[in-house]
Amino acid sequence: MEVLPALLTGLALGSIYGLIALGFHITASVCGAVNFAQGSSAMLGAVLLWMLTQAGWPVPAAVVIAVTACALYGLIVERAAIRPFLMRKSDAWLMATVALGLVCDNGMMLVFGAEPRSVPSPLAQDAVRVGDIDLAIYPLHLLIPLVMLALAGGIDLFRRRTLHGVAMLAVAQNRDAAAIMGIPVGRVIAAAFGLSSALAGIAGMLVAPLSHVETGMGVTLGLKAFAVAILGGLDNARGVVVAALLFGLVEALVTLGVGSGYTQIVTFMLVIIVLAVRPDGLLGRAKVRKV
Amino acid sequence: MAILVPRRTILAGMIGGAAAALGGCSRSSDRIGVGLITALTAQSAKSGEAISRGITIAIDEINAAGGLLNRKLELIRRDDESSPAKGVIAARELLYKEGVAVLFGGLDTPVARAIVPIATAARTPFVVPWAAGTVITHNGTDPNYVFRVSAVDELVDKAMVAFARRTYAVRRPGLILLNTAWGQSNEKGLKAALAAAGLPLAGSEKFEHSDLDVTPQLGRLRAAGADCLLMVATVGPSAQVVKSLDQMGWDVPIVSHWGPAGGRFSELAGSHANRVKFVQTYSFFGADTPVRARVLAALKAKYPDITGPQDVTPAVGVANAYDAMHLAGLAIAAAGSQDGEAVRRGFIRIGRYEGLIKTYDAPFAHGQDALDEHDYVWAEFDGGRIVPLPLPGTMPSKAA
Repeated sequence: MEVLPALLTGLALGSIYGLIALGFHITASVCGAVNFAQGSSAMLGAVLLWMLTQAGWPVPAAVVIAVTACALYGLIVERAAIRPFLMRKSDAWLMATVALGLVCDNGMMLVFGAEPRSVPSPLAQDAVRVGDIDLAIYPLHLLIPLVMLALAGGIDLFRRRTLHGVAMLAVAQNRDAAAIMGIPVGRVIAAAFGLSSALAGIAGMLVAPLSHVETGMGVTLGLKAFAVAILGGLDNARGVVVAALLFGLVEALVTLGVGSGYTQIVTFMLVIIVLAVRPDGLLGRAKVRKV
Repeated sequence: MAILVPRRTILAGMIGGAAAALGGCSRSSDRIGVGLITALTAQSAKSGEAISRGITIAIDEINAAGGLLNRKLELIRRDDESSPAKGVIAARELLYKEGVAVLFGGLDTPVARAIVPIATAARTPFVVPWAAGTVITHNGTDPNYVFRVSAVDELVDKAMVAFARRTYAVRRPGLILLNTAWGQSNEKGLKAALAAAGLPLAGSEKFEHSDLDVTPQLGRLRAAGADCLLMVATVGPSAQVVKSLDQMGWDVPIVSHWGPAGGRFSELAGSHANRVKFVQTYSFFGADTPVRARVLAALKAKYPDITGPQDVTPAVGVANAYDAMHLAGLAIAAAGSQDGEAVRRGFIRIGRYEGLIKTYDAPFAHGQDALDEHDYVWAEFDGGRIVPLPLPGTMPSKAA
């Protein structure tokens, strides 16, 4: 009886990691850089949602504003912590994005305060019932995987069916050739960071009613999402989605089966084993090096 | 280009510096320094502020009555940000640079443990008004310079088991603990208390501060037949347990350490926050005594955000610190000097004192902890207020 709720909850939490991990995938595939401030983007989305709804904004408007703000934050990350280093062919963007994330977390603490706050939602109040059976999950648990799959599918369609998406793919495949063809490479990379931060912001807003909002909430989310992105294959969106769902399921089932003391041990050992067998992730492709 | 400084200028500077230094010394000699190391920023800032307010009100009262040893008391605060390393640096500064007569501190057990050897080496009494780790006062030092006016984990664990048995007639409790040193320490104490009470343990589950879902852990406890949960966790994680229970539809009583009392638990846990019964050392919603009325009036006069007892949060921080400061004052008065060893002996010689939490009678004559399980109050949230449980006849009477 405990297994089904654990499975559904695991899928929901895996989907949260998946949304953030898709952001890692998008920026890595476009410019080879990973935005380690993704966790702070998730926090920003949740905190802004709380602040706007507290200020009396209706939830739909608050969501739109918060997602837009997260996208703008992504543009700032690209401008301040990525572009200066990519132009000099330096890998210091790694530390710069970590540092910017910490600045954001601590800056928001000054505004929001250190105490966790609640984001109530009608989707996380009454458990879902099927006939006489109480599934012991909230409707939000069912909604989250659907949102993640819809957004992943939408991004896939965007990249294959729209001019801007194709431009993004072109930059991902060969930046110099894309520039020669007239594609504004800088803007495409900036847009990728905006999109990745927006996805993380949505993840933060979705998870907030299931837990609470605090300025440190993005740290663990970002770390697990990065593990998911590596597990699935940074260059493969489908791999990231599959890895996210698997990661969430394994977390929930290990906790249920052998106890929470073993959750992190077993989950991350599995990540290491998978990567030892498939160094480029579950569905990632090995990079071809020309000599 | 070299700058030539006349010798007279150098001499004047040296004399001025010496005068300033002497001025500093005279400043230190006309007051008695009381050091406080606590979290003034970061997540525990509210609790640190409560301790600070309790000590401040007590110091105001002592100074208004003429001070101690013909000197005024002065509170010198330092922020440890809940970090043992920062606590150690602050302790050295307050002990050796500021020369405080008594050092208060230890909102967090790890910080308090880190300060104990430093205060002991400096032979200065270290008074703990919050951290409940048993080892803080049971630290193996002789003479022991650590005194506490707060709950003690080992005693809280026994009290939790006794309360669960008395109130819910539990037969098979389960433990749900935050995966920290605090959780681990209480796991030992709770298992020992359950064994002593002859109660079988349904299971012991841990969870992380960042866990978004605790239903798998709770599911294991339910499957093992737990009929009550004994919980040790801070505010956010405690609320996560309640939310997960709501999600599961499992209506099980929760008896908790005082973690939920430190913040916005009722907001985070939602409408079922009051299913958690937790231990406190004091509630301003309890008996109306002259000391309570005096302290509440002083708090309202000094802090504009306090309009009534509902605003004094966390109450245990204010109450423990208030009583601890007055007891420290009595110790200094008994010592007749600021000498650390004399003040330590002064603590042991304290006689009767009518405090906020209770009337103390030789509180440190037989040990380092002024409060025991008979002084604990059981409470729950009523809206946003922490109110004592109305259990006439079931609560142990307060020590005289």
